[in-house]
Amino acid sequence: MSFLLFQGSVAIYLLSAAAYLVFFLAQKTPLRRTGRAIFLVAFLLHTVNIVARAVETGHTPITSHHETVSFFAWSVGCCYLSFRWRYTVKNLGVFVSLLVLSLMLVAAFASRGVVPLPPALQSWWLPVHASIALFADGFLALACIGGIMYLLQEREIKSKRFGLFYSRLPSLEALDKLNHHCLSVGFPLFTLGLITGSFWAKQAWGAYWHWDPKETWSLVTWFLYAAAVHQRFTVGWRGRRVAILSIVAFLSVLFTLWGVSFLLKGVHTYVS
Amino acid sequence: MSRDAIVLLGVNHKTTPLAVREKLALSAGYEEPLQLLGQVQELREYYLLSTCNRVEVLFTCRDVERAQQRVLDLLFGQAVTAEELDRYVYRYVNDAAVEHLFLVAASLDSMIVGEAQILGQLKEAYRHATKVGSSGFILNKVLHKSFSVAKRVRTETRIGANAVSISYAAVELARKIFGDLSGKKVMLVGAGEMAELAAEHLVGQGVAEVVVANRTLQRAINLARCYNGRAVSLEELLDQLQHVDIIISSTGSPDLILHKEDVRPVMRERRNRPLFFIDIAVPRDLDPAINDLDNVYLYDIDDLHSVVEMNKSERDKEAVRAQRIVAEEKLKFGKWLANMESTPTIIQLRGVIEGHVRSEVEKTLGRFEEMDEQARQGLEKMVAAITGKIAYPSLQYLKSENHCVSLHDRIKTIREMYQLDNGANGQEAP
Repeated sequence: MSFLLFQGSVAIYLLSAAAYLVFFLAQKTPLRRTGRAIFLVAFLLHTVNIVARAVETGHTPITSHHETVSFFAWSVGCCYLSFRWRYTVKNLGVFVSLLVLSLMLVAAFASRGVVPLPPALQSWWLPVHASIALFADGFLALACIGGIMYLLQEREIKSKRFGLFYSRLPSLEALDKLNHHCLSVGFPLFTLGLITGSFWAKQAWGAYWHWDPKETWSLVTWFLYAAAVHQRFTVGWRGRRVAILSIVAFLSVLFTLWGVSFLLKGVHTYVS
Repeated sequence: MSRDAIVLLGVNHKTTPLAVREKLALSAGYEEPLQLLGQVQELREYYLLSTCNRVEVLFTCRDVERAQQRVLDLLFGQAVTAEELDRYVYRYVNDAAVEHLFLVAASLDSMIVGEAQILGQLKEAYRHATKVGSSGFILNKVLHKSFSVAKRVRTETRIGANAVSISYAAVELARKIFGDLSGKKVMLVGAGEMAELAAEHLVGQGVAEVVVANRTLQRAINLARCYNGRAVSLEELLDQLQHVDIIISSTGSPDLILHKEDVRPVMRERRNRPLFFIDIAVPRDLDPAINDLDNVYLYDIDDLHSVVEMNKSERDKEAVRAQRIVAEEKLKFGKWLANMESTPTIIQLRGVIEGHVRSEVEKTLGRFEEMDEQARQGLEKMVAAITGKIAYPSLQYLKSENHCVSLHDRIKTIREMYQLDNGANGQEAP
C-alpha cells in the first residue's frame, strides 16, 4: 500500500518539477500555478504515504535510509509550504521541487524493506528526536537553496552581465530574508534535535554523548550554523557571506546524513 | 534682395566641458541677457535657451559675421576668453541651424537621448523671448515648427522609451536588490536632468524619502521641495550614507567624490544593509572599485546602458527613424525659408499693381479720402481683388515647383518684367 503511494508521489513530484522547470526556462506564467498545484497534490500523497508506512511498520517511519530520506523530502516540502504561507519568494518553488524530487529519487533507490527496530531504539524519543532533526534539516535545506539563489542573482548583478537568472530570480533582499527566516527557525530546531538526541542516547546507551561519528559531525554542523547565526545577528553579516556559510553548513548536514552513515560506521547508522 | 540669415550659436555637453559650460550658463534667468541682446543693432529676431547641458542663442540678422561677434562678446565675453569661445562654441547658419534646433527639440542632442524635459525648457525659453518681443516672423515659425517636430518624433518613434528605459533599468535594478522600495531612502548628489528623471521614477515606486545634496544649497533646497525631501550640503555626504539606500550621483565634479575607502567603514555602520550607487555623471563621480565591496552595488551610465542592451537594436532603429523625421522636417522648412526669399518681391509686386489700380480709380472717381465711407470700402475691396487677380499668375510662377528655372532666376524674371528695380515704383511701366 505505502509502496504504491510512494511510487505515485514520486511520479507526481516529477511532474511538478517538470512543470516548474518549463515555466522557469520558458517564462510561461500559467505553468507556475500548475506546478504549484501538482506539487501540493504530490505533497499530500506523500503525507498519506508516510502515515501508511507508520501504520505498516508500527513505528515512526524514520529508521531505514529510505524512510529517513523520504521523511527529509517531506519536511523540506513542509517547510517550503509553511514559508510560502508567510512570504512569497519568487520562483523558490522551482528549486524546492527539484530538491524534493532528487531526495525522493534517492529514497526510491534505497532498500524499502521494513527493518525491525532493535529494543534499544524503541522509545518515544525516536519520533521526537528524528522528526525535529529532520525538520531542522528541512529549514536548513531551504536556507541553502536561498543561498544558492542569492549567489546566482548577486553574481549577475555585480558583474553587470545579465543572463538566465536576473529576471527569473527574486530580489536579493527577499533571498536574504529567506535565509534569515530559515536560519532563525532551523538553528533552534537543530539545537533541539541535538538535545533530544543526547537524552535518547542517555536512555538507550547510558551516556549523553558518545563522540560517535554522527554525533561529532552533528556538532561540527551545529558550530557552522552557530557561526552563521552569530555573525548574522550580532555582527550584521548579510547576503553573500551568510549565503556561502549556509551552503557549506548544509553540505555538512548532508555529510552527517549520508557520509557518516556510509563512510564512517557507528552506533547511529540506520539499521542495515 | 536676400532674406535674413538664421544663426545659432551655443555650447553643449558634447563640445564643452562642464567647467566652461558653468561659466557660460545664464543662471540669472532670461530677462537680463535678452535685454542685453536687444542692444545689438544687427539682430532682427533673437531667442535664448539655457539648460544644465546647453546654452544656445538663435537669431536672425543680415551680417552674420558682425552679429555673431557682437552676440558672443555681449553674452559670454566676460566669462571666458575669446580663444575658449572659439574652441567651444558651435555656429550653425540657416539649414544647419534649423536642423540643430530640431535635433535639440526632439531630444536627439540630449545627454540622455529621448528625455522629455528639453522640450519644456525650449518652450519656456520661447515664452521669455515672446514676452520681450524679440522673436518675430521667422523665429516664431521655426520654433513652433521645432515643437511640432519634437512631437512628431515622440509619437512616431519610441525614442522616448530610451530615456525612460535607462531610469527604468535603474529602478528595476533597485528592485532586484531591495525588493520592495517603500521605506527606502534615495539621495541625489548633484542635480541633472537624468538624476531627476530617475528620482521621479523611484518616487513613483514609493520610496520613503528623497535627500538632495548639492554644491549650492539653494538649488538643493529647491529640488528637495519637488519631492518633499530635505536638502543637505555636499560636506554631509558621508554621514548621510548611513541613512540612505540608493544614491544617484550626477555632480559636475571632475574628480571622484567618493572612494572605496570612504564607503567601507560606512558599511560596518550600516550593518551591511545594501547600498546601491547610480553614477550618471560624466566624468564619473564614484570610484568604480566601490562595486567590489560586499553588499554594495555601483552602476555607472554605461552599465545602465548595457542593462537596456537587450533591446538596443530596436532603439537604434528608433533613433534612425527620428533622425529621418528631423531631416524631412528640415527640408520642408528649408523650402519655406527659400520661399521667404521671394517675399519682398511679392510684396513689392503687389504694391506696384495696387498702386496702378488705385491711381486709375482715383483718376476716374476722385480721391479716396473724399469719398463717403460706404463707397470707399466697396472700392477698396475692388482694388484688392483686381490686384490679387493680376498678381496671381506671377505669384504662382514664383511659388510653384519649377525644376528648370531656379527660384533665384524666377525672382529675377519677375523683377525685370515688372521693372521692380527701376527706381520710382515703376510709374512709367507700360
